[in-house]
Amino acid sequence: MKHSLLLLFASTLHAANLDGVVNIHDPSTLVQDGGRYYTFGTGGGSLVSDDGWTWRRGAALPRRGLAPDVIKIGDRYFLYIAANIGAQPKAAINLLTNKTLDPTSPDYKWEEGGVVASSDGIEDCNAIDPGLLLDPNDGRLWLVYGSYFGYIRLVELDPRTGKRRYPNAVPHNIAINSEASILIFHDGWYYLLVTHGSCCRGADSGYNIRMGRARKVTGPYLDNLGIDMLQGGGKLFAASAGRVIGPGHFGLIDLGQGVQKFSLHYEADLDRGGASVLDIRPLLWKDGWPVAGENLRAGSYQFESLRTGTALEAAVEGFPVGGRPVRRGPPPGPPPGGGPPPGAGGPPPGGMFAGIGRPIPDQDVNEVSKKWPTGTLDVRMSNYLSQAQQKWTIAPAPGAGGYPGAPFYKITIAGTERALTATAEAELAVLPAFTGAPEQLWRIDQLADGSYRIMPKAVPGGKGPLALSAVGSSFATLSAFDPKSEKQRWWIKTP
Amino acid sequence: MTKTLFLLTVFTAVCSGQTPPTTLAAATPGDKLPGMGGFLQRWLLLDPIPVTGLTDSAVQATVKKDAYANLLQTMPTGGQKLSIDGAELTWHAMDTRNYNVNLYHFARTLGKKTSDILVWAVTVVHAPRDLENVRLAIGSNSASVWWVNGQEVIGIYGDRQTVIDDGVSRRLTLKKGPNVIRAAIVNGGGATDFCARLLDANDKPLSGLLIRLKDDSPVK
Repeated sequence: MKHSLLLLFASTLHAANLDGVVNIHDPSTLVQDGGRYYTFGTGGGSLVSDDGWTWRRGAALPRRGLAPDVIKIGDRYFLYIAANIGAQPKAAINLLTNKTLDPTSPDYKWEEGGVVASSDGIEDCNAIDPGLLLDPNDGRLWLVYGSYFGYIRLVELDPRTGKRRYPNAVPHNIAINSEASILIFHDGWYYLLVTHGSCCRGADSGYNIRMGRARKVTGPYLDNLGIDMLQGGGKLFAASAGRVIGPGHFGLIDLGQGVQKFSLHYEADLDRGGASVLDIRPLLWKDGWPVAGENLRAGSYQFESLRTGTALEAAVEGFPVGGRPVRRGPPPGPPPGGGPPPGAGGPPPGGMFAGIGRPIPDQDVNEVSKKWPTGTLDVRMSNYLSQAQQKWTIAPAPGAGGYPGAPFYKITIAGTERALTATAEAELAVLPAFTGAPEQLWRIDQLADGSYRIMPKAVPGGKGPLALSAVGSSFATLSAFDPKSEKQRWWIKTP
Repeated sequence: MTKTLFLLTVFTAVCSGQTPPTTLAAATPGDKLPGMGGFLQRWLLLDPIPVTGLTDSAVQATVKKDAYANLLQTMPTGGQKLSIDGAELTWHAMDTRNYNVNLYHFARTLGKKTSDILVWAVTVVHAPRDLENVRLAIGSNSASVWWVNGQEVIGIYGDRQTVIDDGVSRRLTLKKGPNVIRAAIVNGGGATDFCARLLDANDKPLSGLLIRLKDDSPVK
């Protein structure tokens, strides 16, 4: 069994994804303003994107510093950025506020909010690397911070001002020997994600993201082995793999309807000359723990409905791979899919279940498709039988833009130009060729369980947003995505 | 159970004097509501017609034969006889007590061939008003082709078992009053049946329908 879910948990093809200028170190959690995505990094620089896929350099902050984090509460953005104010670990985290992140807006004005946390250079803490959580349960705002010198600490902020709620309260120590900490909440648990290992050494960086969880925001945060993060525990979330070295600085991106992703940086992207770059990947959940998903790679796949178990196909008469089985009589002629006749070379020993005694090649779509109608084809679903009309090539559509973490894709029957499209009736069809029209561009988001939501960029007539939906075992349509239903969930498997 | 074993089991039961089960009965007078789950349980069924072939092209060729063209044009009545290819066939108005219509029971009760047959089925669903974004959802053993108000809306092919909501139509509009649903079901060997219901825009069984086996819509 070689399907994408397995690839997720034992991936071998790691590579950073995004397009455009993605050079950044210690990126903040992504935030949106006016439909644009923003992230801020060490040095006070920023990246901005209109769609979450193509990025460009953004405006710099008025305060240079280390590893900022940002959150929007009400109509204000609270940005926290640290700086060493002497020999490490003497440091302070400063608050900046703004009504907008758009430098062209008349409201764009960063205001200093003062120091919210600090370390005096003697205590067991290095007050840098702020991370924020607005608790969805009670609206309380929490700040975690720290870097290797001693503890990761937790303090409460005032969500109205962004400043310390109890300035004289002693911070909670919740982890050690890590940095780039941040909290998220999911299904009754608080998760503390931190980065272990060394940063800032390019392809020699040992950065990796680890985590623990707790029922209370103040801890204790235990890993999967039950080891407290105050004692060095931490379940691995993301490590170096493939062509990317040193993942760190987790940031949650909750797109709603059960679609979650996360931002991070790699200390070195070997495909980008070893530069530190931003990436966005799917966030999955398994056995109560977040799992770092992989962005979909271009290739040929089958689409299998979680609901029905049947596979998406062009509605053409299929032909068995290798030809129709023959139980008696002379062997038939060559199958239309190519390859020798099943019976050629004489019957194999072993009877009707023995096969033909040699590998059966894949169907040649160029041969099989000669019998297909030349115009637009209907789309349906059927049991997957490795036939040509059931294999689809997913490839980024050049210049078509994208969405957080991924480009819009074109989906064609493998080996052909026949392209999957949404129709004006909010149904599906296969066109003779891809034209780049919005209804032929597909957004593919991985969901928490590893399955995928597949949506056209647009549906003619303005219907939408809609998702590929298995309304019947043999029929797929487009309908509104329901995160509680399996209708719009698909496995994308390698055929 | 293989089809051969299934047939052997039935044959043995008949030889032993057991009464073969049937889930069908002559339709009762009056209108009928869709059953639990919205399944349509009243149909006019035409005597089985021997055919072969379950592939897309074979089934399409079968059901599109000129000899059957009239079946898609006229509304039959229970007991009506007609001749197709020299064979005299009868329409039967039947109710099923299950979600599905067991055509094996139907054919066997008539003493007809049960394998490699084509059965035509017709029902009329009366809608209280125009209903948009409706889908016909069917399952069949084996292949089947379906029409709603004369428009072909579903075709499923190959050797398959009846699965609820297997074949589903695109969104369609039921007009106020009678809407004629026709089906041609083609089986291979052994069991054969079908089920059908109408779904609303949220893929839930459509409510407010009435089954009345006559098309009393105005003459167009």
